[in-house]
Amino acid sequence: MTSKLDRAFAQLQQRGEKALIAYVMAGDPSLQGTEQLVVELEKAGADIIELGVPFSDPIADGPVIQQAAERALRSGTTLRSILSMVIRLRARTQIPLVLMAYYNSIHAFGPERFFQEAAQVGVDGLILPDMPPDEAGPLKEPAAEAGLPLIFLLAPTSTAARRTFVARQSQGFVYYVSLTGITGAKLLNLADVRKNVEKIRKVTKLPVAVGFGVATPEDAANVAAIADGVIVGSAIVKQIAAYGQKQEMVTHVAEFVRSLKTAMRSPQPRSG
Amino acid sequence: MSSVPNKQGRFGAYGGRYVPETLMPALLELEQEYARVKKDRSFQSELAYYLKHYVGRPTSLYFAQRLTKRLGGAKIYLKREDLCHTGAHKINNAIGQGLLAKRMKKPRIIAETGAGQHGVATATVAAMFGLQCEVYMGTEDMQRQALNVFRMRLLGATVTGVDAGSRTLKDAISEAMRDWTTNIRTTHYILGSVLGAHPYPMMIRDFQSIIGREARRQILAAEGRLPDCLIACVGGGSNAIGLFHAFIRDKKVKMIGVEAGGLGVASGKHAARFAGGKPGVLQGTMTYLLQGEDGQVNLTHSVSAGLDYAAIGPEHSYLRDQGRAEYTSVTDDEAMAAFDILAREEGIMPALESAHAIAHTMKVAPTMKKNKILVVNLSGRGDKDVQQIANMRGITL
Repeated sequence: MTSKLDRAFAQLQQRGEKALIAYVMAGDPSLQGTEQLVVELEKAGADIIELGVPFSDPIADGPVIQQAAERALRSGTTLRSILSMVIRLRARTQIPLVLMAYYNSIHAFGPERFFQEAAQVGVDGLILPDMPPDEAGPLKEPAAEAGLPLIFLLAPTSTAARRTFVARQSQGFVYYVSLTGITGAKLLNLADVRKNVEKIRKVTKLPVAVGFGVATPEDAANVAAIADGVIVGSAIVKQIAAYGQKQEMVTHVAEFVRSLKTAMRSPQPRSG
Repeated sequence: MSSVPNKQGRFGAYGGRYVPETLMPALLELEQEYARVKKDRSFQSELAYYLKHYVGRPTSLYFAQRLTKRLGGAKIYLKREDLCHTGAHKINNAIGQGLLAKRMKKPRIIAETGAGQHGVATATVAAMFGLQCEVYMGTEDMQRQALNVFRMRLLGATVTGVDAGSRTLKDAISEAMRDWTTNIRTTHYILGSVLGAHPYPMMIRDFQSIIGREARRQILAAEGRLPDCLIACVGGGSNAIGLFHAFIRDKKVKMIGVEAGGLGVASGKHAARFAGGKPGVLQGTMTYLLQGEDGQVNLTHSVSAGLDYAAIGPEHSYLRDQGRAEYTSVTDDEAMAAFDILAREEGIMPALESAHAIAHTMKVAPTMKKNKILVVNLSGRGDKDVQQIANMRGITL
């Protein structure tokens, strides 16, 4: 069965393009703000949107995304209200939407109910940064029934055995964490990223997207030359935080995303 | 009851390994290395050497005659973990993991701390083994445990304040996990309680289980029989599991864990996970957790920094489901009253954590016959809490 993510990567490949995956924390500064951002970021060139689900104790995230989660929680965001926002979004855009949630949010919601409702409202995939496939057994059936891809992560520390194991469990794409650290850390040993992406390609036909530490148009262009997708999170969230509730926030963030995509369309590979 | 955890680190439905992929290879390596040293004679004899000559084990099992008389019921024995070097049971685990870090050739260790006892134990072990040491501590806890912050610095450790969330133990653990994720190639994370991802809850239980092994032998020597009941306070639950573990197959020995009731369970300001929580995942493990409807982790409250945490060790969740151990809570006020009574009746100032176990002992001992035996884990000494108690009583030292 092909998913919307599969089709999105296939179309990009036909056009000779790489996917720009833009991360925003749902509910930061408000869900209305997020809704508007998603629509405008698509126009600015984002190919896939990753929607962060705020959690009180985000162990994989650096300060930028931690603080975004705190703002989103203060604005009253819940997993339920995020799914309601996706319903509203689906009247306006068909861009693939992937949720990134810590597992306890899904556990508290009820995994089976979550997968059914998420697929129904138009969510296209799920990333759980604190759940390696080793623990995801109980989620596989409800996820498969709902047709919702589970995207797993690989890291620079992953051994060859884990690379094979994790890549084979992943659906939609493989999320390669470009550095040993948390979100928003400094990029990037490009030579190292290239080597690891090549190793991942040997064990899976899935697209490989690279995230953590991609901060500038130049980074994005460099990573686009190596991988099938470029994930930008903290750098976007930082811009959102800088403008907050101000009216020009969406325009500024869209402008930044446009600069990322423009750079990716004319990749100038550099050695890291 | 079969032996837990299983290969996946599960205690029944609890436990497991809910961590970012970056940490998985390190956890698997740690699991393998730990399995190796568990059977390695030279490691075990080195550990035994340090526990005896450096920590001062065995700690005594002391018959609290005046407390027993005052309460008028069961005979009360105190397992004196407060007599360990650095003043609490935490060093049993810190020594074990410090030796492990040396074997794995990790030059740097990190730790989180709540009350500061685990931080002090880790800083101590780091100094003794010549390892670099950084301790994460919530800024709220740094304030109420200023003395321990200074002790860690005197021992050469870097103490890094964590100013996120509730600024207590939970946030210190998250920050330590982030550090570990970033510096995993050079660093071993000495987690201080039976929390976190597999193999930590199992490994830390094993390192702490010397408490119960000694107590079992000591009570048999003193009384010629096993006790009727064990009592210990439970934050993450390492001193409790350390006492309980050697008695788990002795079905007639009742086991009671005492959680922090804070201002009372009805107030919502407490850390009684079994009174107000439900299963969920926090910081690597599935267990009982104080959380809201949406799965956000609740803020907790306790007068005792070491019990002020939203989750309980997964093995405790399992023991409770099995009906093998029972759990209750006492309030801040009850713990404070118990502190005074133990100080005045026995000349022992308990840590505010351990005072929770004493407070529950004061409730159950009078209901038991005089020929019954209670063993209470006095997990740490109260010197670290003196400043805080003075502040609470409006006394300037």
